[in-house]
Amino acid sequence: MANKHHTQTRTEPRRHSKESRNDVQDLLKRFAFVPLLLLTALLARYLLSPTPTTLTETVIPAPVLPNMAHQYSLPKLPYAYNALEPHISEQIMTLHHSKHHQTYVTNLNNALSSYTSALSTGNVPAQISLQQAIKFNGGGHINHSLFWANLCPASSPDATLAAAPKLGDAIKRTWGGEAQFKEAFETALLGIQGSGWGWLVKVENHTGERGRLAIVTTKDQDPVVGKGEVPVLGVDMWEHAYYLQYQNGKAAYVKNIWNIINWRTAEKRYLGGQDESWSVLKASM
Amino acid sequence: MSSKLLRSTPLRAAVRSTQSQSSRAGLAGTTFVRTKATLPDLSYDYGALEPAISGKIMELHHSKHHQTYVNSLNDASEKMEAAKSSNDVASQIALQPLINFHGGGHLNHTLFWENLTPKNQGGGEPPTGALSTAINDSYGSLDALKEKFNTALAGIQGSGWAWLVQDTQTGSVSIKTYANQDPVVGQFRPILGIDAWEHAYYLQYQNRKAEYFKAVWDVVNWKAAEKRFK
Ligand SMILES: [Fe+2]
Ligand SMILES: [Fe+2]
Repeated sequence: MANKHHTQTRTEPRRHSKESRNDVQDLLKRFAFVPLLLLTALLARYLLSPTPTTLTETVIPAPVLPNMAHQYSLPKLPYAYNALEPHISEQIMTLHHSKHHQTYVTNLNNALSSYTSALSTGNVPAQISLQQAIKFNGGGHINHSLFWANLCPASSPDATLAAAPKLGDAIKRTWGGEAQFKEAFETALLGIQGSGWGWLVKVENHTGERGRLAIVTTKDQDPVVGKGEVPVLGVDMWEHAYYLQYQNGKAAYVKNIWNIINWRTAEKRYLGGQDESWSVLKASM
Repeated sequence: MSSKLLRSTPLRAAVRSTQSQSSRAGLAGTTFVRTKATLPDLSYDYGALEPAISGKIMELHHSKHHQTYVNSLNDASEKMEAAKSSNDVASQIALQPLINFHGGGHLNHTLFWENLTPKNQGGGEPPTGALSTAINDSYGSLDALKEKFNTALAGIQGSGWAWLVQDTQTGSVSIKTYANQDPVVGQFRPILGIDAWEHAYYLQYQNRKAEYFKAVWDVVNWKAAEKRFK
């Protein structure tokens, strides 16, 4: 019961949003939200819950969908593969989206369908052992979906901080200026040891005030899904994101990426909540 | 590959190359003896591992990536010396991840270059003697080991390495994966390592990393692995 209450709490804000007027869409979104639970830390909480019935009630909505876990699909890019040239080459974009991201989607779907079977047979060890695959591949799917949407061609009017007036103000308040923020962000990106991501995150607190901003890095495909954390902007620092063009010169990649940041998307995520930042993801379900 | 890339000096082990450097004056009037890590030479040409690993990859991997680990290790070591001489324990602790990462990168790559060799110089020739016996004891056959090793490599989530290690307590060999540049230290002895960072294969294999893992066995230097096995 506790989790049902929780689900409603999470769903409620969307009921009030204008795109929820369409009932069918709303219904789809509600189904879509169920597998999303699996991608978050909530899963771990339910799994470790002392009352196993809670788990069953939460995840069982799967049977409502035709007898298997929901299948995610690769979201379409909002621009052409060559649209980010010369800052990110067409070859990188093609491989990154159609191969790397696709692999995360495929492996996530496989892990979720194994997870669904493990649930239906009550195989708890299998459920636990699948968590890392769900986290890694689910994270890969979330992160890349966010990344594509927070990039745009350099010629776009969205590719300047002016396209994010409120976020821009908050950035200047927090770091003292756009240049200082960029420098701090670049330092964080270049300090990642191994594969990972750099994020501008909004952290909301319980008072309901607009959250403070922070630069965080996550390792491998760990997603930003903590309580009150809204990923505003993410940069992929895996070598596959730049190697064919920049090789060991990742500092140049990090410098150039500022030319193709979609600040309008960042503003929307900043003004919205987690639901807003995950809207691209939901569209691919 | 041009002849300037072909070095005649034999490959030095990381430890020996670290010791080979002379002492240096310290900071702020404090004199201390400090050794410096250096990039070891390869005992083969950059292009000599083709077609398993392209000359371009080898050149960047050795002259750029490994060099960066060496430079950053020296930088971190210098700061560590300064923190030690000023008894700044907080800084010493803060520097440890950098030493682990860049020192690990230096050790791992040094071992990696040694455990590769061109096909016409014995690359891919199966191990013999005690190592061969230990592999058979643990895995049944060399082919079975390779299969499990490739599965381990493919399962690395992010950057890292897979190693055939020897347990110093039991003497037996096993496959272990390590994240990022975490080095094989402590209970386990490194016998054979394969770099699974994307920079190790991406220019040639892109997202098809399984092909790289399959091909690299053609240039594995099992003789070097045998020497590490005790
Ligand atoms: Fe990526
Ligand atoms: Fe490497």
